[in-house]
Amino acid sequence: MNRLGELERAIMDVLWETSEPLTVRQVSGQLTERDLAHTTVMTVLDRLAKKGFARRERDGRAWRYRAAASREAYVTELMLNALDQTGDRQAALARFVRSVSGAEARALRRALEALNPPGRLDRARQADSLEDAAEG
Amino acid sequence: MSPAVLILAVVAAGSVPAASALASARWPGRSPAAAILLWQALGLSWGLAAVGALAGLGAGPGPGPAGTGQVGVVRAALAVAARVLRDKAFWPGAADPLADLRLVSVAAGLVLFALLCWVLVAAFAAVLRARRRHRDLLTLLAHGDPKVPGALVVDYPAAAAYCVPGLRSRIVISAGALKLLDQAELAAVLAHERAHLRERHDLVLLPFNALLRAFRWSAVARRAEGAVALLVEMLADDHALRHRPARELATALIRVGAAGSRVPSGALAIAGAENGAGDDGGGAGAAGAGARAGTDAAGASAAGARAGTDAAGASAAGARAGTESAGAENGARTGTDAAGASAAGARAGTEAAGAENGADDGGCGEVAVRVARLLRPAPGLSAAALALVCGTAGLLVAVPATLLFISF
Repeated sequence: MNRLGELERAIMDVLWETSEPLTVRQVSGQLTERDLAHTTVMTVLDRLAKKGFARRERDGRAWRYRAAASREAYVTELMLNALDQTGDRQAALARFVRSVSGAEARALRRALEALNPPGRLDRARQADSLEDAAEG
Repeated sequence: MSPAVLILAVVAAGSVPAASALASARWPGRSPAAAILLWQALGLSWGLAAVGALAGLGAGPGPGPAGTGQVGVVRAALAVAARVLRDKAFWPGAADPLADLRLVSVAAGLVLFALLCWVLVAAFAAVLRARRRHRDLLTLLAHGDPKVPGALVVDYPAAAAYCVPGLRSRIVISAGALKLLDQAELAAVLAHERAHLRERHDLVLLPFNALLRAFRWSAVARRAEGAVALLVEMLADDHALRHRPARELATALIRVGAAGSRVPSGALAIAGAENGAGDDGGGAGAAGAGARAGTDAAGASAAGARAGTDAAGASAAGARAGTESAGAENGARTGTDAAGASAAGARAGTEAAGAENGADDGGCGEVAVRVARLLRPAPGLSAAALALVCGTAGLLVAVPATLLFISF
């Protein structure tokens, strides 16, 4: 991932950590990387705002930025696209397995047993999952 | 009606049952590339013939101006349209009712042509937009992992593996899939996705997807898109086989398929609460579709909450714990281990143990077809059969194209 992408991610991480809007200076202060120019941070925040990931409001002479939505919301959006559940028949992505019906999933699990009778590793995983199920 | 128009009409009408027949055929799995070529020829043939038949109906009887022999349908139609418009403009009184119908027919042909072009362009633009958005999200949320070199990993417990095709392509494996598959299976998945990217299968699929968006109501369009999508997956499977053994790819397919594909309900609840306050585009899209997917996920988690009985339910329960708490790891592990072990866990007593040969069961499912093909490969088509397929494809395109454009 390139430099700009890393910066965008680092800055979004800062925005996701705090709930109240931050100025550019405050965002700079929270970044782990200390040598960033003020203008660099401002540019990246501007880009994020244009892409819709950050929202900004004026506070006197300065702008204050905050995340437009939570990290979980974006992960969910990503997930809905990845699992083809957006109802938008676009085929923008190429999935390894397209949607699987419940009946087919059950049949596949039976097939898995036939192919891979539980060896030592599987039995260990099976035991783990039964334990967890018993606890939770 | 001239013989040319008759032939075009027959080709256009005949494409529909031909498509149905091809979608139901068994041989495409033996040579996916040839089958895809035939599908493309069929689609192009239908487009040319339908536009040509409509335009040609307006062109009137066949032979062109005295002494020039047979004129291509396009030229004839445009000539007739020009003549009719000129007549109407200069001699409005000389009403020839047939002329109006001819004009309408030519116009209909033009409209269909414009529609087909538009739909293709619009679909491509929508896909580009969606991919850019997805790549932006990946930049913010995904990270690399040594287990999958060259791919990105996103932290969610549902098992997903996919790629974002295009000039700036990405391969994405979810954390759930990373837990579910072993190293060899992951390598097979990566090889499969790389094949999609290298061969630009997305471009092959695009016209069929565009046609489906334009003719959403058409069962044939749906079957065509489904058939071509499956063939494209088979092509990628075949390419992956050059680098990895068939069995690894097959078990990867089964594991990912068996793990189910539902967005965990807990994650949706969080997204819903957040997006109540704002109007950001991405979140709104997720919440809107999430309402639909959420009821499915809720159904799944209600039906089976114990690990080992329902992988979808188990990963929903695990993911709920995972996304709500700061310690996502613990919850994710419960969810994905349960999903991964559900196959073995099914033995723990809830599935009726049949003596069935699992790979053949539920054969209409895409995963089952691909797995069966991998584990029991059928011989490819003979050279004669391949020649027949390619010849048919050529003929399907040549006939309407000739009638439309060539004057002789």
